[in-house]
Amino acid sequence: MKKIATGNKAVAEAVKQVQPAVVAAYPITPQTEIVEQIAEFVSTGELKSRYIPVESEHSAMAACIGASITGIRTFTATSSHGLLYMHEMTNWAAGARLPIVMANVNRSIGPGWNIWAEHTDAMQERDTGWLQVYVSTVQEAYDATLMAFRIAEHKDVLLPVMVNLDGFTLSHIMQPLDTIDLGEFIPPMHLPHAIDPKNPAGYGGLTGPDQHFKFRWDIERSMRDSVKIIGETEEEFAHRFGRRYGFTEDYQCEDADVVVVSMGTLGKEAEVAIDMLRKEGFRAGSMRLRWLRPFPKLNLKGKEVVVIDRDYSFGFGGILATSIQAQQKTDVYSVIAGLGGQEVTYEDIANFIRERRIGEEFWFGVSDHV
Amino acid sequence: MYEIRIHSRGGQGGVTAARLLALSAIHDGKYATACPFYGAERRGAPIVSFVRIHDSPIKIYSQIKKPDMIVVLDTSVMDVVDVLQGLKKGGKVLLNSAHQREFPGFFTSHVDLTGIALRENLVVAGGPILNTPVLGALAKMGIISVDSAIKSIREMFADERNVKAAEAAYREMSA
Repeated sequence: MKKIATGNKAVAEAVKQVQPAVVAAYPITPQTEIVEQIAEFVSTGELKSRYIPVESEHSAMAACIGASITGIRTFTATSSHGLLYMHEMTNWAAGARLPIVMANVNRSIGPGWNIWAEHTDAMQERDTGWLQVYVSTVQEAYDATLMAFRIAEHKDVLLPVMVNLDGFTLSHIMQPLDTIDLGEFIPPMHLPHAIDPKNPAGYGGLTGPDQHFKFRWDIERSMRDSVKIIGETEEEFAHRFGRRYGFTEDYQCEDADVVVVSMGTLGKEAEVAIDMLRKEGFRAGSMRLRWLRPFPKLNLKGKEVVVIDRDYSFGFGGILATSIQAQQKTDVYSVIAGLGGQEVTYEDIANFIRERRIGEEFWFGVSDHV
Repeated sequence: MYEIRIHSRGGQGGVTAARLLALSAIHDGKYATACPFYGAERRGAPIVSFVRIHDSPIKIYSQIKKPDMIVVLDTSVMDVVDVLQGLKKGGKVLLNSAHQREFPGFFTSHVDLTGIALRENLVVAGGPILNTPVLGALAKMGIISVDSAIKSIREMFADERNVKAAEAAYREMSA
């Protein structure tokens, strides 16, 4: 059905279709519209979830953990400081192997107080054991949220999934949305280690030095297995509903001499830059990274690489740029741009590509840098 | 790509107008996006929202700097905001006003949306609703079709007075 929706509403629509048993959430700009819409769906009976309004994000994740361990489907949404306030519990969710799905509306971290798009919030969660996908359109926010439940709950994964969408740029833009009839796409959730009152067991007890590493390795093993499950899920989604996604969205990369790598809405804007450059006879391509965890093997061999980071790891570099340098064993041109919602246009992106200096780092808008 | 910037004051429905306009364009078989500029909005303060209409999917998220058209829902913002900023040469201006004004180099149209809303008793919290009647004016200017405008209004609002106001704006719009 032809609709128009914001990124936030698209996420809520997806949640309505998946019908999680419990939603526990705390509002925070620019995510609030997701939980408001979900609360409305619950109040009208369209969504049969138990909605738990909690007093903090830490409690939101704790409530999801408590519900999920009983073997039921759970969802929450947050952003920025809310996500960081959850941090202890996000680790617990992954460690307890709970397939919780969360939407995170990417927003910068204060101070200075800023409510606009940046990826540093989710990047600070990248070592917790959560799978992370970054989307670029309202339709993709909807589709990725649907797929997140199936991927998280797969027996070979059983890890939480975070769906990331850019604050305001995507959370509040209105675009066409095609909603679908899910059918049997997401099987009923089955958690093998769910609490069973008839068969009492202890969870999260003291795990000694002779055991703990095995649990850590088990998370990594599932993270590696999730590559196949993500691929299968996206393939099945394309087969059923006609929209195809992958670990990356590659645009004119095949014959490109230079490829710009980015995430989120900048990855779409980059495609417009590529169209411009191609018209000038410049063989450039765009690779939009969708899955940050598990981090895919990128096909960049023989290309010059420009990486746009909407994040930063102080004292080291752009998180995406340094990750790609490590994986590809080659230098890139690292552009730090779009922090705190800084406006980055397709013309700016075309300039990053034209004026690339491989091996260097460039902070967009900071004139006295390098 | 056709780019429109809508000027209004917080609470007047500029964001909803953008949404209705984009939805109408989608009903016309085109692609459209609508986005508000989010800063420190508050009721009564001048705000802008943007609409892009195109024949293929729209990949641009950055703000509109050189619009093809400007819509001014509240002409009092013109005292504090340069509403013509960046408007392309020969671009269109639609004013919510009973009086015609001319801006050299641009095509200006006007319609008294406030008067229409008050006449149709389309008033919420003491203020006239402008975001549905403006669709009638935009249809008259050929930006969207009348059928899609009315369909979009009906999808979002149950009150038929919204449709009547849009139809009145379509009829009363200056050429």
